[in-house]
Amino acid sequence: MRENLHRFFRAARGAGVHVSPAESIDAMRAVAQVGLTDRAILRDALLLTLAKSQDEKLALGDCFDLFFSQPEPPQQQSEANDNDGPSPNSDQSPSSGSASEADGSQPQDGLGPLAQMLLSQDRNAIQAAIASASGAASLSDIRYSTQRGIFSSRILDAMGLQRLRDDLDELTATNPALAERLRAALDGLREAVRDTVSQGLALYAREEAENLRNEILRNAPLARIDRRQVAEMRALIRQIARRLRERYSKPRKRQRRGHLDVRRTLRRNAAWGGVPFLTAWKRKHRDRPKIVALCDVSGSVAQVSDFFLLLIHSLHEVVDDVRSFAFSSHLIEVSEILEKKSPEEAMAEIMSKVGFGSSDYGSSLVDFEKDFMSALTPQTTVIVLGDARSNNLDPRADILRRVSERSKRLVWLNPEGRLAWGFGDSEMPRYATFCSVVRQCATAQQLERAVSDIVATYQ
Amino acid sequence: MAEQKASTLIEAVESGLAAQGYIASRQIATAVYLSQQIEKPILVEGPAGVGKTELAKAIAAWRGKKMIRLQCYEGLDEAKALYEWKYAKQLLYTQILKDKLGEVLGGAQTLHAALDQLHDFGDVFFSKEFVEPRPLLQALEQPGGCVLLIDEIDKSDAEFESLLLEILSDFQVTIPELGTVSAITPPTVILTSNSERDLGDALKRRCLHLHIGFPEQRLEERIVESRVPGISQTLRRQMVGFIHEIRSLDLKKLPSVSETIDWARVLVLLQATELNTEMVKDTLNVLLKYEADIEAASPQVTTFIAKAARSNVFG
Repeated sequence: MRENLHRFFRAARGAGVHVSPAESIDAMRAVAQVGLTDRAILRDALLLTLAKSQDEKLALGDCFDLFFSQPEPPQQQSEANDNDGPSPNSDQSPSSGSASEADGSQPQDGLGPLAQMLLSQDRNAIQAAIASASGAASLSDIRYSTQRGIFSSRILDAMGLQRLRDDLDELTATNPALAERLRAALDGLREAVRDTVSQGLALYAREEAENLRNEILRNAPLARIDRRQVAEMRALIRQIARRLRERYSKPRKRQRRGHLDVRRTLRRNAAWGGVPFLTAWKRKHRDRPKIVALCDVSGSVAQVSDFFLLLIHSLHEVVDDVRSFAFSSHLIEVSEILEKKSPEEAMAEIMSKVGFGSSDYGSSLVDFEKDFMSALTPQTTVIVLGDARSNNLDPRADILRRVSERSKRLVWLNPEGRLAWGFGDSEMPRYATFCSVVRQCATAQQLERAVSDIVATYQ
Repeated sequence: MAEQKASTLIEAVESGLAAQGYIASRQIATAVYLSQQIEKPILVEGPAGVGKTELAKAIAAWRGKKMIRLQCYEGLDEAKALYEWKYAKQLLYTQILKDKLGEVLGGAQTLHAALDQLHDFGDVFFSKEFVEPRPLLQALEQPGGCVLLIDEIDKSDAEFESLLLEILSDFQVTIPELGTVSAITPPTVILTSNSERDLGDALKRRCLHLHIGFPEQRLEERIVESRVPGISQTLRRQMVGFIHEIRSLDLKKLPSVSETIDWARVLVLLQATELNTEMVKDTLNVLLKYEADIEAASPQVTTFIAKAARSNVFG
């Protein structure tokens, strides 16, 4: 039983539920209390002790159902009538059979234990044999779908497939009818093993596969990801946003021991005639970031801007005030669209308004200076996201200088590699002189680091 | 054998709570049973008004124990939750005992000798008599055990959570001047949360996590039956069906069990025998707490009543 529970914990981790050793001890204690007979109560007990949120409960519930559902046994026609009798001895027979090949304990037929089991069509015994063989083949180590074949054959080997083949050869000569039955049963067995392996893959490999996929996705260039990956990427961005929120949404006010706030202390202790029983300490107040984001949404960088805006706008708890502007040939404010609509709709609307034109940084900056210069305060961080390719039009770097002077920091995020800056129509070097930081920002990982650094300067 | 006992014991919990007017689902009963067996607090999450606080009350009433409640809010600290020194009493006693102190110290010739004599008193003024126990300490000091309800833990600060960790895992608190106070009988601890803020992993790890959602139709009918005995069966079915339809809408605040019970009481007062559009529209403000929600729901009322009545025929 303990073995099974441990495997279940591994499967639960695979399903994305954090099961710490302490939690698994609790779960063990709970299971010892409620026992294993009533599956519904067992399920409740495990959900109570292991899952720590509603999402985890759902995931764990699915995992439980998958884990304790056995793949259909190979035989359909007749069931073994004595369920209890054979299972204990067949429990050990496959393992002993696999350990010592020429066991041949049952003399009546001269057949191996596996063949006898198949012919007797004892589904419980076969089930138990598959389970113990998959334990021997350490099925819980399966990670990738490509390993399915090797695990199937390992399990079959552990069950004594070799011996069965010999038996089959022998029987074909002596008793063809029986051989035919055995062969059919073997096919059924193969299928059952395949199902077991698929189930194992679903249980144990999910975490690994997901990690791998996320890792690839994090480092994929945002501008060139597939349409079908966009949804996954959005999920990833949301995950990043959650992480940043958790890291930076610490309390704004931090008590500083050491500096007595005399005024507040006196006031607080007025009731005791000014004898200072309660002390008040000076507080340090931290600003929350104010961000003005200017995003290029012309063809080449639109996708990156999309994800960037999604990230910035999911940081409500951390960031005090975000105003976003989108531009290609001219500039508009898009904060409201992003706040009110779902990410998909918002992006579609922004694109229909300004998107996909050829970019003109000069006139966009003119638009910004004319209407929104007052949005900048000395606490504002201005983030420009774009490739700085202005189609050889006037870059108006002088406006950028004034923007830089009015704000706390000016950060430029460029989806292009450093090598491409300054070549062709790229105005990056000219703009870079007025920026506090210029960094490349092409993948989700770089995006996370860039935003994280910006928020960190306010801590 | 032990397993058989477990399921009957869980049923016993269920019926025990039911006797107090709290109709528990099996999951809730299992949680209560387990928390008692492995001595762990229960963290109850779920929308407002599904009976999280009621659960603690019902457990206290069922076991015949005292319930101590700690309502959490932003800025709640040690002094209000755990213990506080009675400053004023300490001050008063030093004033009153001034003469006595003078007497005792009178014999001393030097300042040093006086100080030594003073040390012999020990920490008179930092002893148990000067500690004002707050809910958490009170709960530990109850001789027969008690039910400690820490309500809306998500409203408190993250620092307060850390304060709770020692109590939740070991049922003890450490007061620097007095040492460690352990519980005489470990209290049954229930924490509730509306998920306004994510609780720390350390806290969650120490608790059984129970999520109470909106109940199923049958269960809700039983709850109404036990809480509002005067209501007829047809009306009960209809109104619970109606509420389940309402919950399928996209509303700011969905009506929960407490609203169902309130509405049932209102309907009984109005002497209704079955739902009709007029009456429902007039009493919709009992169920829905936002103007926008009422506006969104009122066009659907007739359809919902019809649906509820139809399901009634088959159910």
